[in-house]
Amino acid sequence: MFNKKSDNSGVPNENKKNTWLEIKKNKANYLLIAPYMILFLIFTVVPVVASMLLSFTYFNMLQWPEWRGWLNYQRLFLQDDIFLIGLKNTLMFAFILGPISYVCCFFFAWLVNELPPKIRAFMTLLFYAPSMCGSVFTIWLYIFSGDAHGLINSYLMELGWIKSPIQWFTNTGYNVKVCIVIQLWLSLGTSFLSFIAGFQTLDKTYFEAGAIDGVKNRFQELIFITVPSMRPQMMFGAVMQIASSFGIGPVLRRLGGFPSTDYSLNTIETHIYDYGSTRYEMGYASAVAFVLCIMMIVTRNLMARLIRVND
Amino acid sequence: MTKEATIISADNKEILPGALPEELREYTKPKKLRVKKKRVNRSIYGDFFVIFFLVLMALFMGLPLYYSIINAFKPINELFIFPPRFYVVQPTMSNFTLVMDLAQNLWVPFSRYLFNSIFVSVTVTIAHVILASMAAYPLEKAKFPGSKGLFSLVQLTLLFTGGTMAIPQYVVMACLGLVNTYWALILPSIGGSLGLFLMKQFMAGIPNSMLEAAKIDGANEFTIFWKLVMPNVKPAWLTLSIFAFQAIWNATGSNFIYSEELKMLPTALNQIYAADAGTGVGNVARQGAAAAVALILMIPPIILFIATQSNVIETMAFSGMKD
Repeated sequence: MFNKKSDNSGVPNENKKNTWLEIKKNKANYLLIAPYMILFLIFTVVPVVASMLLSFTYFNMLQWPEWRGWLNYQRLFLQDDIFLIGLKNTLMFAFILGPISYVCCFFFAWLVNELPPKIRAFMTLLFYAPSMCGSVFTIWLYIFSGDAHGLINSYLMELGWIKSPIQWFTNTGYNVKVCIVIQLWLSLGTSFLSFIAGFQTLDKTYFEAGAIDGVKNRFQELIFITVPSMRPQMMFGAVMQIASSFGIGPVLRRLGGFPSTDYSLNTIETHIYDYGSTRYEMGYASAVAFVLCIMMIVTRNLMARLIRVND
Repeated sequence: MTKEATIISADNKEILPGALPEELREYTKPKKLRVKKKRVNRSIYGDFFVIFFLVLMALFMGLPLYYSIINAFKPINELFIFPPRFYVVQPTMSNFTLVMDLAQNLWVPFSRYLFNSIFVSVTVTIAHVILASMAAYPLEKAKFPGSKGLFSLVQLTLLFTGGTMAIPQYVVMACLGLVNTYWALILPSIGGSLGLFLMKQFMAGIPNSMLEAAKIDGANEFTIFWKLVMPNVKPAWLTLSIFAFQAIWNATGSNFIYSEELKMLPTALNQIYAADAGTGVGNVARQGAAAAVALILMIPPIILFIATQSNVIETMAFSGMKD
């Protein structure tokens, strides 16, 4: 899916000429994409490519990067036990949270869309609000606070179910589960809102035509009309969901501390943060980031096949 | 065309079981028709199912939000009451005044941070929405050398997790002399990959026949984009403006901006809060101030959200046009 178009490698001269004619013919299109593409290439593509190149070096941010070849990758898979824990945790979170929150985003966007406009706007705000502000999830630190004043602890103690407060974020028996709940709370984000917008652009005449053609209820409508016409938006949602569920980490660090107990909340993203921002081994951190990126691309291509978009 | 089709569906007996003739007459009036019966194929059981799930989810989503709002208004003695209360006895603004008082003592006037944030956020949002849509249109609707490769690049960069990009990004900024200017925040955000991807996916729904018709009528690419494509994907770019605004509003830009006068509001407020809170994650004592900061920072995105969501109305311009 990510094969870059190689314009003239091994192509006869005639085709080269054709390419040039094509470019000339599409002058207007190039003009339209130019302002955005210039900024995109300079500020996004160049750093990403540079970071990928850095992954083959030893770079401590003070000295000039030193070429290392595949050494970083060797170390990553053969010697770094904590990376393997991170890999395991990331896959666990990604495969539990990813599908659940993707389905939730679509399902609740669909449900909300059934409501009359004003209630719909309110519900959208309610569902989207947790993702809207960067730090509002810290309320969960209070709800699951480890001392007796924490909300859950105090109620459980009053009910007499527990005698002493539970350390929700440091006890390895609970912290993963608690964090999954909190991440689910945060999951109705970008994909959810773009699905809501997607439902609004659906052509209403399709539903009327469907009703005449024998669509009996809203579930049939969903399967036969809504989902097929939402494919591009579903692909967008899938990519965003992959990015957020494989890139899980910053919220876990804020909740469970860094490093977390027995590395139980250590993900690949945390590993990148660890090496990039605390140990200043940028080369190694880049290698980890590259591996994570490849995992996401593979998942993305699987999703593209599942949703049946061809791009 | 649409009106006729709706009346036909209103006549369908499966949709209105046991409907009285008077009611049916009501449905044939065009005005009420749009308000009352919007869509076909809806049953009472289905409505119950919808409401049940929505209420369940609303409770899960809403209760923590309710708590964070309530906590911002709790005086310190109520924060420590055991067991914690679901309501406030003596609501107080002290958490807000505390944050505001601390903000008054800052080296740079508070209004400067506010200006920085609003200036940068508004510029980025408008420019990103327009430029990304402009680029998305040809990438979706035309095929030209490099178009596929560029779009693949956009998706690839979306899947690359930040962190390690900070150093190369800094080098790029330094080479262009952008470090410690507003541009260091503005330019990279305008070239973000999310907007292009979102707009391209939504533009896929526009029928090609409509664009061809416009071309035959003599419209140039830019006119088609501005007058035809953009109105038809209005929900998409209104939603994108939320994403863009929210991302830049919450951005700290601490890697590129050192001058206190150029810092953004969230950075400033978090500085106050962090300096005052000391250490300790999940510290109950500072929950009030933290909640107040979170609430203050949520106001502008929420205003934008309400303004745009109330405008995300159904765009049906290409209704009835089939490919």
